[in-house]
Amino acid sequence: MEFQRREAPYISPEVSVSSLMLQVLAALVPAAIAHVWFFGPGFIFNLLVAAFFAAAGETLMLSLRSRKPETGLADFSALVTAALLAFAVPSLTPWWVTATGALFAVIVAKHLYGGLGFNIFNPAMAGYVVILVAFPMHLNLWIAPHMGDLDYQHLSILQTLQYTLTGALPDGVLFDAISRATPLDVMKSGLNNAKTVVEIRAIPVMGDFGGRGWEWIGNFLAIGGFWLLIKKIIRWQIPVGVGLGLLVPATIMYLVAPGSEASPGFHLFGGATILCAFFIATDPVSAATSPKGRLIYGIGIGVIIYCIRRWGSYADGVAFAVLLMNMAVPAIDYLTRPHIIGHGDADE
Amino acid sequence: MSAPTYDLGTLHGGLRLPARKAASTDRPILEAPLPKQLVMPITQHVGDPAQPVIGMGDRVLKGQLIAAPDGTLGAPIHASSSGTVVAIEPWPVSRRNGDNAPCIVIECDGKDEAMPRVGEPVDYTSLAPEDLLSAILQGGIVGLGGAVFPTAQKLMQARSCEIDHLLLNGVECESYISCDDLLMRERAGEIVSGAQILMHALQIGVCFIAVESDKPDAIRALGEVLGSINDDRIVIKQVPTIYPSGGEDQLVQLVTNREVPSRGLPSDVGCLVQNVGTAAAIHDWIIDHQPLISRVTTITGDGVVRPVNVRARIGMTLADVIALAGGYTDKAKQLIVGGPMTGRSVTTDRVPLVKATNCVLVSGETPDPGPEMPCIRCGDCASVCPVQLLPQQLFWYACADDEAKLRDFGLMDCIECGCCDVVCPSHIPLTADFRVAKGRIQELADEKARAARARQRFEARNERLEREEEERATELSNQRESAKQAGPSAIAEILKRKKLENEADE
Repeated sequence: MEFQRREAPYISPEVSVSSLMLQVLAALVPAAIAHVWFFGPGFIFNLLVAAFFAAAGETLMLSLRSRKPETGLADFSALVTAALLAFAVPSLTPWWVTATGALFAVIVAKHLYGGLGFNIFNPAMAGYVVILVAFPMHLNLWIAPHMGDLDYQHLSILQTLQYTLTGALPDGVLFDAISRATPLDVMKSGLNNAKTVVEIRAIPVMGDFGGRGWEWIGNFLAIGGFWLLIKKIIRWQIPVGVGLGLLVPATIMYLVAPGSEASPGFHLFGGATILCAFFIATDPVSAATSPKGRLIYGIGIGVIIYCIRRWGSYADGVAFAVLLMNMAVPAIDYLTRPHIIGHGDADE
Repeated sequence: MSAPTYDLGTLHGGLRLPARKAASTDRPILEAPLPKQLVMPITQHVGDPAQPVIGMGDRVLKGQLIAAPDGTLGAPIHASSSGTVVAIEPWPVSRRNGDNAPCIVIECDGKDEAMPRVGEPVDYTSLAPEDLLSAILQGGIVGLGGAVFPTAQKLMQARSCEIDHLLLNGVECESYISCDDLLMRERAGEIVSGAQILMHALQIGVCFIAVESDKPDAIRALGEVLGSINDDRIVIKQVPTIYPSGGEDQLVQLVTNREVPSRGLPSDVGCLVQNVGTAAAIHDWIIDHQPLISRVTTITGDGVVRPVNVRARIGMTLADVIALAGGYTDKAKQLIVGGPMTGRSVTTDRVPLVKATNCVLVSGETPDPGPEMPCIRCGDCASVCPVQLLPQQLFWYACADDEAKLRDFGLMDCIECGCCDVVCPSHIPLTADFRVAKGRIQELADEKARAARARQRFEARNERLEREEEERATELSNQRESAKQAGPSAIAEILKRKKLENEADE
């Protein structure tokens, strides 16, 4: 009897890249539903646009690189990039803006660096920063959350679709009637205008910690994030690092000047902090890989987010913070190598 | 002192593998019947092949020396039963995945006639440690955990270091394998006796028997023996059931909290590790004068009808022992000697069972995990690595063939346990890649050494040529000098003689 000859080990892995990516997507579902609930169907259109162009970019690049597009698409990484981009842009975003972001993310940030596994920068954040710089107007246009007591006009599904396709509002609807500055913007401009935090927090868009509606999306993102932690798809170091890096300076500043500094809770639940901590910064390809390195990487992101929010000219700084720390990853990885067993002192 | 204790070091990473041992542990060790033929490879140990000391057609007895060690590292090989030597020829062996290597083939006569014992049995406690060690050397005993390092040489090396702990390894951390578990349940007395012999040979007073927490029966059996003999130098240590806690260096770390230095040995940190099976074999040889001619092996997997542990003579073919497990099922696709994480797949069941064979795993096809994807740097490999390497970085450098970085990131410390392979979502065969990279580094080092030797030779040759040239020049000038002094008549004389010589030659 002739037997097969193989190399040890003879046990196959049970996980796969595509199953990891699918679980990340699944963890985003509750927050996506909340997003649609509070900010209307625009999120779905943005997601479809981003997914279509991300997949198209992936297919194009893989065929140019003489790889099989099926295998590249089957890992669902392009879909994760598209989903993160859809969370980053406002629910009312013309399709060409989202498409530009998705194409840049996949073609330039991912494939020009060698494709999955070789990209230095987080593709979704690179794509987002490009459209943030190229289309600042569009990316600052957030509609007010759908809450019973907030008296704003809301667009129907068809009107939203029309805006996504043409970039024009229906006749008779003005931007001012539907849009609202984001809580981070409100906080920033309020503080710049020498208002106190108490005064700013009295503005109706503000919720318990962050902004109304926004903080609920944050809660659902956190639930998804904890599920990923339990499933060991992400490790605790990066979320905890981002939290520490943001909350420690925020707490210190808040304690020093509670009247003129936003509270740590506001920083945690405002803006994209939770999305960043669990879903963006945890992209394994562009993050540090050693446990200690990941903690440092997360802390760095948190601190930069705080600095940009507090002293920078952008309201939120997640994308810039992530990209800046992406640059530091090779150095962090090199400096935080674990002690190899049998190689003398741990400090070496 | 028979209760297990828990004061342990820790092991980084590792895997909780499915045990899959129950199928082979529910009945006692089966005594294998004598086969018709025995195939004894002359290499069953680390070191040079043993040299046959018998000839074709010779009749040999059970326990008779048939191949003697050659060189400093090696172990003798004894006939496992009585019979006639019918061939010394190439035969498929497991060490080479089913390719051929020289073997001594014995046609058994079925009488199983043993060598008569020479001299009176001696009490080993009256022997000096050195004499006990040379006695152990004669028994053909090698490490039965799978590494097959000659036991006597390991003990001699350890004697030259300051050893304070003897560790008996009863940790079978791989899935499926249960031969040591059964051995501890059934022959705990012999194992403890072997431990005492080893302690006398090493002149040390502490022995830990390390057993995994999922082997309560083995722990109970050992505890009963220890309770009855009242030897408080020997202590049972229960270790967590995590693969690869049974690796030699990993066990030292777990039980004594000492790190074996890179490229070093447990003896560098005062430990000597022996498999429990080896201890029992030492007892069999020193007390009962039975050399290492049989061992317990687990025959298991989906590919056999009835998994079982057998005590089989060294030299039986795998086909012989698989028949004892009821033969093959339809699922049999792979034949693995050893466990599913580190075993060796062999192409044919004609290979003989050797001293290293702790398990014969007949399994179905390994399910295809899908295509190999790029590394996404998830770091799961690093979190399971028991040596705390960064396999994802090593993989990167292995692809780039960057020898300096590979060394820097500890490739040579990789124990090839396979944990990283099993958790990799990209299905990269990391262990196989590292094995290749290690081989390449070794090759490069060998090539460098060869080049250095060649340069030395070349320089030596140049020097010699120069010296000879010089010598010739001095010789020539000396001759000229003496010819001048002798004058023309002498020259004529020489020329005449030369001419005569030339004519004679023709």
